[in-house]
Parts: sequence; C-alpha cells; structure tokens
Amino acid sequence: MKDTKNKNRNKQTDPLATSFGLLNQVLDSKIGKALNLRKLSEQLVYQGTVNGMKVAGGASRIFKGSGKKGERLDTQQPTDLFDLNYNDEQQMIRDTLLQFATQMRTVAQETDDNMTISEEIWNGFNELQLAYMQVPESMGGMIKERSTVTQMMMVETLAYGDLGQALALFSRHSVLNAIMQWGTQAQQEELVPIFLSETPELATIAVNEPNPLFSPFDLQTTAFREGDKFILKGKKNIVPLAAKSAFFLVAAKTPDKGPQLFIVDRNTAGITVSTDRAMGLSCAELAEIELNNVEVDASAQLGGDEGIKYNEFVNYCKLGWCALAVGCAQSILDYVIPYCNERQAFGEPISHRQSVAFMIADIKIELDSMRILTQRAAAKAEQGLDFEREAYLAHVMCSDKSMQIASNGVQLLGGHGFIRDYPVERWYRDLRAASIAYNGLHL
Amino acid sequence: MNLEIPKKYNGVKNAALMAAKTVFRPISRKYDVEEHAYPKELDLLAAGLNGLNDGSGGAIGGASSKSDDSPEGTVRNGGNMANCINIQAMCYGDVGLLLTIPRQGLGNAAISAVANTEQKERFNKLWAAMAITEPGCGSDSSAITTTARKEGDYYVLNGEKIFITCGERADVIVVWATLDKSIGKSAIKSFVVENNSPGMDLIRVEKKLGIRASDTAAIVFTDCKVPAANLLGSPDIDIKKGFGGVMETFDNTRPFVASMANGVAEAALERTKEILADQVNLDYQTPINNVKAAEAELYRMEAEHEAARLLTLRAAWMADNRKPNSLEASICKAKAGRITTALTLKCVELCGSLGYSYKELLEKWSRDSKILDIFEGTQQIQQLIIARRLLKKSSTELK
Repeated sequence: MKDTKNKNRNKQTDPLATSFGLLNQVLDSKIGKALNLRKLSEQLVYQGTVNGMKVAGGASRIFKGSGKKGERLDTQQPTDLFDLNYNDEQQMIRDTLLQFATQMRTVAQETDDNMTISEEIWNGFNELQLAYMQVPESMGGMIKERSTVTQMMMVETLAYGDLGQALALFSRHSVLNAIMQWGTQAQQEELVPIFLSETPELATIAVNEPNPLFSPFDLQTTAFREGDKFILKGKKNIVPLAAKSAFFLVAAKTPDKGPQLFIVDRNTAGITVSTDRAMGLSCAELAEIELNNVEVDASAQLGGDEGIKYNEFVNYCKLGWCALAVGCAQSILDYVIPYCNERQAFGEPISHRQSVAFMIADIKIELDSMRILTQRAAAKAEQGLDFEREAYLAHVMCSDKSMQIASNGVQLLGGHGFIRDYPVERWYRDLRAASIAYNGLHL
Repeated sequence: MNLEIPKKYNGVKNAALMAAKTVFRPISRKYDVEEHAYPKELDLLAAGLNGLNDGSGGAIGGASSKSDDSPEGTVRNGGNMANCINIQAMCYGDVGLLLTIPRQGLGNAAISAVANTEQKERFNKLWAAMAITEPGCGSDSSAITTTARKEGDYYVLNGEKIFITCGERADVIVVWATLDKSIGKSAIKSFVVENNSPGMDLIRVEKKLGIRASDTAAIVFTDCKVPAANLLGSPDIDIKKGFGGVMETFDNTRPFVASMANGVAEAALERTKEILADQVNLDYQTPINNVKAAEAELYRMEAEHEAARLLTLRAAWMADNRKPNSLEASICKAKAGRITTALTLKCVELCGSLGYSYKELLEKWSRDSKILDIFEGTQQIQQLIIARRLLKKSSTELK
C-alpha cells in the first residue's frame, strides 16, 4: 500500500500534469485510437484534476466523505428489437482485444510454466486502458452507460487468448466494475483514480472458501460490527493475484445483512496470504487469504451502511466466469478443427470419421448454447432488467458444457492431448474452475 | 444487443397460445387415442388462420422476410421470427394437431418457396403435403428412385413414397421424383399431384409412437399422370445448380421444426413444475450441487430449453436479415431435437407413475417429441451438416 500512497502523493503535487498525462495516455491508448476518441472535453481535464487531488488513503483506509450512494452508470435504453449484433464500438474493442489475445496465446504455455504473467503482457494490457471503458465521463472515464455486454465480450475475448491470464488481467477491472456498481461516493472518489492511473494497482475479489459444497450464500467468513469497525474472520482460497493486490473485496457474512463485501487492504494486520496452487490457472497466482480478526473501518463496507444487493453481485461474478468459459471453449473448437483435419489415421484425416466429426459438431452446438445464454443475461443486466434467472441458467450451462468441451478437446487429440506440448490439457485444467470459482470476476 | 422477444409479436404469440389452450389441449388426448380419426375441430381454426395468413405460405414455413418493409441496412425482426414464435406457442398446445391443420403443411411451404406466380395462384387455397421419403431412402434424399417420365404435356410418375404427413387428408401432394436416375441430384424435381389421381394408391396410414393426430401415409404411384405445368421450379436439368433448389425448403424450415420441439419442451417443463410445486423450490441462487436432485434436473432442463429456444430465434433472426443461416438452422434443430426428447422423458420420470399415466399429457409429449429429432433431418444429419461446415468437408470426404 505504501507504493500507492507515494504515487498518490506524487499526483497531489502536480494534479494538473497528471490529468494531462492521463488524457494523453487515453488518446494514445489502443482502445482510444480504435475508437478515435477525440471527444474528451475540457471538463474531463477538470474532473481528472479534482479526482487527482482527492486521492488519499489512511493506513487503515478510511473512506472519508460521503457514505451516500456513488455515481452510477446509466442503464442502456431498453430496446424492442431482437438483435445479436455487437455495435460498432463493441466491434472495434473486440478487434483490438483479439490482437492482444493472439499475443496472450503465443506465450500461454510459458506463462503457465512460469506461474506468473510476463511484464510484456502486463505492459501491453495496461496500454489498452480498459478502465476508461468502465468509468463514466464525469469521473474521468469515457462512457455514459453501463454495458455488461461489452464487459462480457472483453472477458470472452481475453479468455480466447488464455483463460488464466484473462482472469488475472481482468481481476482489477472486475473490482472497478464492482466499485462503479456498488460503491459509495467516498469509495469511488478514493478508489476509481487508482484504476485510471498510468500504472494501476492490482485488486481482486475473494468469495470462495475452502469448504466442500461451497455456496456463496452460505459463507463461513464473518464480519462483526464493533463500534466504527468491522472484525473479519475466516478463510478465502483460490483468490487470483492476492499476494500482489493492493486490496481485496472480501465477501463475509454480517449478522443483520447477510453476506456483504468489504474493501480490505492487503497489508492490514491479521491478514496472511499464502500460495494456493491448484489444478490450473497457475499464472493467476491463486492464493489463500486468512483473515484473523482483521479490523476494517466501517466505511469500508462496499456500498456503505446500506450494503449491496449481494445476490446481484454474485450474478455478475458468475457471468464473468461464464464469459471466461465461453472464450476458452471457443479456443478449443478453433484448435481441434485444424488438428483433426491434419491428423491422419487409416489413410485419411481423422475428421473424415463421424465419431470425430460429430464430437466437433457437438462442441459447436454446446458452445453456442453457452454463449447465447450468457449474452442474454448480460443484455438484460445492462438494460436494468432482473437477470437472476438468466445468470443462473447461463452458469449452469457453462459449468456443464465447458467441462464437457474441454474433456472432448483432450480426447480428440488422443495421447497428444495429454501431453503438455499441446494446449488442450491446460484448457482442461483451467476450465475445471468455471463451475467452482466466483473469485476475481465481476462484469 | 438484445435477446428479448419484441413486443410486436405479442399479438401473434397470444393468439397462438389461445388456440393452443382452447382448441388443441382439450382434444389432445382424444386424437392421441383415436388414431386416424380426423380432428374436425381444426376446420374452424384453419378457416381463421387462412384469413390471417393470406398471401403468406402457412404456419409451417411460408412467411419470409419478403413481407418486411424496414429499410435496408437496419436490423429486422420479420416473418421468420414471427413463425417461430407462432409455432412454439401452437405446439405448446399439441404438435400432432399443428401438423394436421389444413393448408398449413410442409407442401404449402415448398410451394410458397419455389412455385412461380401462376402456380402460387393455382395452388394457393389448397392443402399440400410433401412426399420425399421412400422405403429405400430416408435421410439420403438424393437417392430417391421414384421416376418422372415426360410424355407430351404430362409427366408420368412411378414409385413408392412413405412417411407423407397429411398424405391422406391433403388436397395435393408435392412429390419428389427424378427425371433421370443416372444423372443424380440435379435431375430431382418436385411435382404437385392432386390427391387420389388415377394411378395413385393410398396403401397405408401408419400407426405411430406419437403425433397420432397427424396422419402419415404411404402412397404408390403407378403410371400416374401429372400436368407438366405442375412441376415446381425449372424443368431443365442444371447440373451446376443441382440439388440446391429442392433443399432450399429445408434451410427455411429447420428453425420451424426446432420451434415445434421448443413448444413441446415448454409444455412439459411447465406442467412438471406445476406437479412438483409443493416438492421443489427454485430460487435461482443456490448452487446446483446444493439443491435437491429433482431441482437440479429442472434447472438443467430449463437451461437447455432456453438455449434451444434462443438458438432457434437466432437462426430465424438471421433469415429475416438475409444472412446465410444453414449452419445456425442445423444447430438449432439439433439442439432442440435432442434436448426435447431428453427433457420430456425426464419430466415423465420426475412425475413418476403419474407422469407415465394417461391422466397426464407428459407421457404423450415424450412420445410426440421423438419424431422432432428425426424428421426434417435427423439429429445425425444435422451433426453432419454442422461438422461439414466447420471442417470445410464435402459430402464425399465426410460421409
């Protein structure tokens, strides 16, 4: 956290320079170029200045200022047209991200072996400056309306490059989404600028607990109010990038409001972070977080005293994992097609056999099922419609089918599929998490 | 992006649901038991539908985006989507009865798709069945052996056709026959033959597993004379164009058959939830491994059904927007066909001996649904089409 503070102090010394720096960064960013965004107004410079000056943070992170509901992005205008097209802006973002996903794919295997994401990838990703596509113009970002579909498409496209990297890269953007969606004014004023800075801090969401038949609605981690503090106690696991994150959003059960989220600094007393290696997702550096009577200021409850609609929060987490699963499953389909066309057996490509060809047809059918249910839930969410049922059904579909697809992906390569020279075994390990994990993502 | 059904279809949907509930459901079991009895209750419904559908090609596939007048370059929600919504709602009532509504047959769809203006006018008011399958060829419709020999102003048909939906009840039958067996697919043409013409023998009406309200006929043609003007499309054998013309009908109709399956699935799922209402609680929150086994089944079936429904709407949306949709049409047909059979059978199982008994329609829907994974291209034919597209393989490479 010290680093953040120093950076923030630097900003305070010359807020205007920072703002202009940010502006130039935006205009230089790939997304900015793709969108040809020259519309950033003087107002943004002003806002950036104001935000820059407000950045501060006490040792235990007290969110001074208004505990009132923060700024919310508008919901999309409801439309009465059935339309599966991405709009032009989404298409441009997608094209840009696809290029980056190609880079991710190229290094996916070594990234998995190294169990960490390379600096090149982080730098490339930071250049994209996706945070500006999450924050309203009034707070220094570029958008007006919430677009869950855009968020879904971004996660899906990154996961098409590599699931583990996508999870890690997008985890701080997920925290930003959650803060935009649920944060108080004070929480947004303090935290949003961190994400818009040139070298944004990492942050992550911690929901899962190391309990069999875990349910996000039945948490063992507790948060008890004592005066102007909450005392957090419990254990979270498979949390992406926990050791490197500046702060976490931790789900914990409160006595009167049920499960809620708390903004907890990584360095708060009572927190132990330890490596939690798992079946896959190794580059996301999964970790266990132990919270041993961790004291956080009452103002650190996400959404303030009122709290948040926790079930809806979970729905956004689930949709994030659905998007990951869809992107990865698409990469499996696109990999097995040329493989089975090239692989010869009994004098012809194995794709000439129905038993092989039909497995590929089934991958496509179920992948499309996963995607269309996720898209529907996301489209309802951004229009401000109730999407709990749709998110649940999408999650059920993605849970079942993505694992089936990954298993068939390995099967189609036969013995080669089992060998780490080929990517399908990694996809198999990574996708096992899709039905289990809630951590790290929030569209 | 939006995947909700536009409000403008509420009228279509509500009218169809009304027919499903007030016309179909009350007689659903009756015509399941009295197989081969003609459901006369449908005559009134058909008269009503004719008024609604004048100019379009009928409930099972005629309407196309042609009637849509939205400007070029904008997204359209048109006739294909309307048809899918209409058919799903009707089949929520009864799929067997839908299939035997007068003048709404697959033959009508074929006429509407490929007939010339003169023919359309002449056949407009008729009930048209479709005869493709033969005892020796089913899915492989390019292998048909029924012949059509030109003699003056007539074609003379010889051969046997089976599995003709409405073959007994329809006014005319669209018969697929080859002008020259040695040439192959491109010599196959379709002919509109008046039912009970001389040389036509109805040899059998089948007894079936399901859709018993709908008659399925076998007809033998022996030197049956058909006016040359009744040939649909071009009489010339164009080797380049070949089979495409006759197969066009199927690209259009796969989403409609998928919609039939979606309607049956919707009915079964809804009824099963009603029956189990006191025993299950669906909160759409609790993880699927933490709920009752029956609840988990219901969640999974609902997810599959929703996916099939949305994939069907996608294919229809593409057709309405004149995007090539052969792949997506096969995907929705494959998905809807496979999940509806599994879903309806599981619903019977969940409701136990009650589900198995004639007291409920669940067992009937599980019998009806099987055909939906067979006709208009079996599950396996859809998989073949999908796989060939994805793998870029010809029918000689991927057989």
